[in-house]
Amino acid sequence: METRTITNRREFSWRSFILQWEWLLVALIAAVFVLNANLSEYFLDSRHLLDATMGFLDKAFIVLPMVFIILMGDIDISVASIVALSSVVMADLYQAGLPMEWAMAVCLAVGSLCGWINGMLIVRFKELSSVIVTLATMIIYRGIAYIILEDQAAGKFPKWFKFLGWEYVGNVPFILVAFAVCAAVFTYLLHKTTFGRKLYAIGNNPTASKFSGVEVDRIKVVVFTLAGLMSAVAALFLTSRMGSSRPNIASGYELEVIAMVVLGGVSTAGGKGRMAGAILAVFLIGYLRYGLGLVNISAQTLLIVLGLLLLFAVAVPRLNAGQRTVGRT
Amino acid sequence: MSAKIAKFRELGLLAFILLLSVGVQLRNPSFLTWENLNDMITNTAILSILAVGMMLVILTRGIDLSIGATLALSGMVSALAVSRYPELHPLAAIGIGTGVGLVCGLILGFLVARIRILPIIATLGMMNVFRGLTYEASGGKWVSAHQMPDSFKDIATGSLLGINNLIAIAIFIYAAAYYFVNHTRTGRRIYAVGSNPDSAALSGIRSGKILQLVYSVMGALAGLAGVLWVSKFASAQGDTATGYELSVIAACVLGGVSIAGGAGKISGIVLGSILLGILNNALPMLNVSAFWQMFIQGAVILFAVLFNALVKRGIDRNHLMRRKI
Repeated sequence: METRTITNRREFSWRSFILQWEWLLVALIAAVFVLNANLSEYFLDSRHLLDATMGFLDKAFIVLPMVFIILMGDIDISVASIVALSSVVMADLYQAGLPMEWAMAVCLAVGSLCGWINGMLIVRFKELSSVIVTLATMIIYRGIAYIILEDQAAGKFPKWFKFLGWEYVGNVPFILVAFAVCAAVFTYLLHKTTFGRKLYAIGNNPTASKFSGVEVDRIKVVVFTLAGLMSAVAALFLTSRMGSSRPNIASGYELEVIAMVVLGGVSTAGGKGRMAGAILAVFLIGYLRYGLGLVNISAQTLLIVLGLLLLFAVAVPRLNAGQRTVGRT
Repeated sequence: MSAKIAKFRELGLLAFILLLSVGVQLRNPSFLTWENLNDMITNTAILSILAVGMMLVILTRGIDLSIGATLALSGMVSALAVSRYPELHPLAAIGIGTGVGLVCGLILGFLVARIRILPIIATLGMMNVFRGLTYEASGGKWVSAHQMPDSFKDIATGSLLGINNLIAIAIFIYAAAYYFVNHTRTGRRIYAVGSNPDSAALSGIRSGKILQLVYSVMGALAGLAGVLWVSKFASAQGDTATGYELSVIAACVLGGVSIAGGAGKISGIVLGSILLGILNNALPMLNVSAFWQMFIQGAVILFAVLFNALVKRGIDRNHLMRRKI
């Protein structure tokens, strides 16, 4: 007797394979490479290309959990402040005499705690959107960072701490290896586990998911805590790279991180998007920045480019859909 | 019941403002002097003008994070205009600034209403664009006091019928906004779109037009505030009013504007702005370090939104209990 299994995957079709958002990103990355190679002869050099990742991969650690958050239809604009706060706490404790290993552990703990607070507030006060909650905590977290360090910088870390931001494993920068590992874990979580499927379910319809037995609240708290933790990881790399910490570090990261996620094809309405797109977008924006930096384009122009890129990324799928969708609340 | 609570909330705010003032006065007698009060109210005027626009935006369930940048851009453009053409009439300078702000608002309105980008994303993106353009317009330089003609600086220091211009403009805008949101059809539609977009659409309200309108008004007000700001501080910089949108949002939520849309009153945001103005003015007088200000502001926002949410829950529970089955 013949048995048939019903797969939960759609059958492979060339049409949908070719019409993937990710190909557009690949094409854009290729365009950035061609453009940059024409602008500067120093760009296409494998060593430079690898080294460049040291400059932009720190925020990429936050992109990974941000994909989860935006998939659920939420947003977290406090991540940059969490980076600043956990970095400042770490630097301050180290200067107060705590061993560096412990200070780093505290950094991760502070980040997770901040994320957990975000998650709890959002879950306990459902009438408040994640926008306003994380807007408030964004100010509070950075405010605490300013209270701790005022306008000082703290640093003088031990020599080995530089390893995170400056050293290599073989020929490959350590940060790239670390990011590859984290990206693999997050991709696995999203695409190969029930946890990942639940994220899509929540993003598509939180109420229906709840009634089908998805622990919506618990998952939200876990994901926001994860975002806090990864912000602290980003803080470790950023602080190591800069060699010191200030309360104003990482300002504007929330915009860049959200831009990367949205450009990666994750819909702000929730429930749609893949990890691969976001990871491609990290490298797209990263190399765009790096290349424009090589030809001395000012930081202000970059601001404009980045803002427009974010809007372009959100607008294109909307225009493509043609029809207006009913606004989600 | 809900009207009662709203009234209670405003009385509570008023009582809190009075208590705070008395408390600060006891600690520092120079607080309730004519000079300081005047200074405080003129500072609050700009904040309160912006709060009107922000209230309209929040009423529709939106948020505008770009107004600090819009303010900087329009202030910069008008400052550049008067430094280039010193004989320019102050009203023309105000017109230029407001116009620039209006264009910014129109773009945002288009993105939110037509392309249907989430307000937070659209305004976050445009915030960077406007801020970048401010630097580009000035080439990274400041426009400082000596480059501005006296007529321009007089906008903020001059007076109309014995009232400082800034305060007069704020009062005029509040009167107009009060009439607009309470006594015109379009004004009421803003509330309708915010409290229930689906029913609003079903009852024939074109929510797209309303959204376009509120973001344009917000932009124009931010443009006007930009001119007033630059005239008051006699300097236009690339980083003017960075993060000021947060104060404005704080003033709105303190004044009882619900972040979930559809609820908020002009009288509330007047009190919210005044309370925030007093806080900003009083903290330095109490020798609270400037580094605490950001934290206090964030805590105030969080407290206000949580308080609003809890009050709303109480109202809803009362409604349920009173319902006859």
